[in-house]
Amino acid sequence: MSIAAKQAPGSPQPAPPAQTPGAQNVSPPNQPAHRGGFVPGQKRPPENPAQVARGKLLFGINCRGCHGADLRGGDLGGPNLLRSQVALSDLNGELIVPIIHGSRQKMGMPAIDLNDADANAVAAYVRSVIVTIKGQGAPPSAGKEVPSILIGNASEGQAYFATRCSSCHSPTGDLSKIAARIPDPKHLQDAWLAGGSEEDESGDPDGRVVTAAVTLPTGETVEGKLVRVDEFLVTLTLADGTQRTFRRTGDTPKVVIHDPLKAHRDLLPHYTDQDIHDVTAYLVTLK
Amino acid sequence: MKLNSIALAASLFAAPLAIHGQGNGLNPADILKPLSDSWPTYNGDYSGKRYSALTQVNRENVQHLTLAWMTQVTPGTGEDNERHRRHDRDRPPVIVGGEGPGDIQVRGGSIKASALEVDGTLYFTTPDNAWAVDARDGHELWHYFWKTKGGTHIGNRGLGMWNNYLFMETPDDYLVSLDAKTGKERWHKMIANVDDGYFSTPAPVVVGNHVLVGTGNDIDSPGFLDSYDPETGELQWKHYTVPMQKGDPGLDTWASLDAARHGGAQTWIPGAYDPETKLYIFGTGNPTPAFTNGTRGAGDNLFTCSLIAVNVDTGKMAWYFQTSPHDMHDYDSAQTPVLVDAMFDGKMRKLALTATRNGYYFTIDRTTGEHLVTSKWGLHTNWADGLNKFGGPKINPEKNATVGGSLVSPGSDGTINWEPPAFSPETGLLYVSEHNSFSEFYLTDLDPRGSMGLGGKEEAEIGSGGTYLTAIDYKTGKIAWRHEYYSDGGGGGGLLATAGGLVFGGDGAGNLVAHDAGTGKPLWNTRIGYVTNPPQTYMLDGRQYVIAATGDTMWCFVMY
Repeated sequence: MSIAAKQAPGSPQPAPPAQTPGAQNVSPPNQPAHRGGFVPGQKRPPENPAQVARGKLLFGINCRGCHGADLRGGDLGGPNLLRSQVALSDLNGELIVPIIHGSRQKMGMPAIDLNDADANAVAAYVRSVIVTIKGQGAPPSAGKEVPSILIGNASEGQAYFATRCSSCHSPTGDLSKIAARIPDPKHLQDAWLAGGSEEDESGDPDGRVVTAAVTLPTGETVEGKLVRVDEFLVTLTLADGTQRTFRRTGDTPKVVIHDPLKAHRDLLPHYTDQDIHDVTAYLVTLK
Repeated sequence: MKLNSIALAASLFAAPLAIHGQGNGLNPADILKPLSDSWPTYNGDYSGKRYSALTQVNRENVQHLTLAWMTQVTPGTGEDNERHRRHDRDRPPVIVGGEGPGDIQVRGGSIKASALEVDGTLYFTTPDNAWAVDARDGHELWHYFWKTKGGTHIGNRGLGMWNNYLFMETPDDYLVSLDAKTGKERWHKMIANVDDGYFSTPAPVVVGNHVLVGTGNDIDSPGFLDSYDPETGELQWKHYTVPMQKGDPGLDTWASLDAARHGGAQTWIPGAYDPETKLYIFGTGNPTPAFTNGTRGAGDNLFTCSLIAVNVDTGKMAWYFQTSPHDMHDYDSAQTPVLVDAMFDGKMRKLALTATRNGYYFTIDRTTGEHLVTSKWGLHTNWADGLNKFGGPKINPEKNATVGGSLVSPGSDGTINWEPPAFSPETGLLYVSEHNSFSEFYLTDLDPRGSMGLGGKEEAEIGSGGTYLTAIDYKTGKIAWRHEYYSDGGGGGGLLATAGGLVFGGDGAGNLVAHDAGTGKPLWNTRIGYVTNPPQTYMLDGRQYVIAATGDTMWCFVMY
């Protein structure tokens, strides 16, 4: 569940969970002493690093086969500990240790022969991983590389570009070396779909500026950069840098908005994902 | 100078005496009546229509609506807040509760709540905070602040009321009961464990002697609806929205019982209530993991993304209708359902209407759950491929998150999100704000065990295919008209319909707007900023007031 923020610029944002200055002074940087992982604002006591290290060793020996090296479940069928309510709620081993010692044998969890100190070390290790869970429950990255998004066919993309894009864009003109300007293929794909990217500073910023022409009942037409528009007012920045606002009543005055990105937005309902992947595969060759 | 200090001292002494609400509370039987002068529960009345019968402000005269008052609230204790200190003399002391350490500062937070208006007092919230203010002039009567243990502070939808008691949920998952006159805490009960990732945003809904409480969670914990005793806070029943035991209905739609028990279906928006059938009807959230089949399998994953009807006395489910079978885009179906009695195919029917986040609209028989109408209400909705045999949209797997990216409309924020719709019995139209965003959905975690919660994908917002105030004909599901907004934020915090022939809502461009309910044409606007909650209306002293919030400010309008 994600609840759209849909905040307007300038309106109060839900604040990120803040730590008090005092708390920051107590705990050195990079210690997860006062964070709760994916639970915003939550404070968890720091774990003893030596205990966590011993717990990690013992987990590898006793638990990894069933629960996985990353705690997300292993080949032998043990459940994902990162989303286990027992593991999430454990504070001092009070929930985890009895299970290690055999309280859930009927559910298939064998008793593990660890003394109390070692079982508590395993619990401390599990808790130390729990706090690294990311926002909205995303698991800690297990060091795996994110797969490449380049799955399209560059020559198909070139053909598509020639028929559908070349009336406005050119691989030797505005898109020359576009893949050098936006080296990440994912960013490049998002940028061409949206019709531009702030990452591409060498691009033509004026090409994305929205302008408007306001024609008054007197016949006078005022043109400028569009500052804002709604059904009641329209504000322009004029050539001399000053702003001018007009009241709107229905169709008076006449307002014509020129948005260079509208053509890109109008295409969004019409692309196939295959077209998108092919065009991206072609654009990454423009280095 | 001397005069000022005398005035200050006098008001300091006077303040404690002024700390009380007004009136005699709310008899739960009064909520059963159609909405008239007050606003006693989240949606006004139980139907979810957000339709006021008040007509003093109407199509003909709305252009004369003008500011009555505005009041800015300060969350927290205010001790570290310069602005609050400056105005201390105008405010009663903050009543502090909560189990947190007191040093977790969560600033800001918009008023997304619907206010309750009972006997001349408004009661509303932001996360961890509740206020009572005078409905005639906005002055603060009391302020309660809850010291949090953490949890996602994204919003709070407001309070429930039973006689002289109020009920609030907190981000760290407590149900807090306050004395409505004084704001003093009566008790608090733990709804769920914040350590498990739960965070609670709904407004409790009071039905008879039940306080109905939902919650939320972004990791893989089960959703549920609780019922509490309003007097004692004792749990009366708990209804899980996913199968939790062998033999539970819906289990065959999951790959395993363990997957079902971690399957989501959160209950984060207050529902509607049908007194005749005693059914409380509400929507549920996404399955988890959200963006991969992972451990949950390829089944429908009941009762995620569903409309569910639960008997309010027993907590037993009477029917369900799944609006987003096997969701793969975090399209929670937690929208407010709207209960109407209306003509359908030549007969009067008892209906439930819902325009859901996934871009599909449904008309359902609310006594049986029988499916009557499905339509696509999102202009560019493209993730589904026809309907299944029950009338729910059938997912097109090619539009799931993929390694190369899938261009999907709407993005995961949805065609609509939490913002409540409105329905006018006069026009027969359901009013909803429609957001036709496009996003690229990238699958980033190929682990066959699935990711967790909302993890494992990246979403790039590409652009908008248009935002509208949209009127839907419940008989056909067809769009009666679309009125285009100039901002993607159009529709603000939800809508209000009135018998004056008006629909109120924010336009996302800084205006509160009154639209003609027949056409969508704007008839009045006021530039108060981005509207963050649903507009509401009430009658006092023969005058009809309209209120709406922007961020930390509540605005009130009236005609003189």
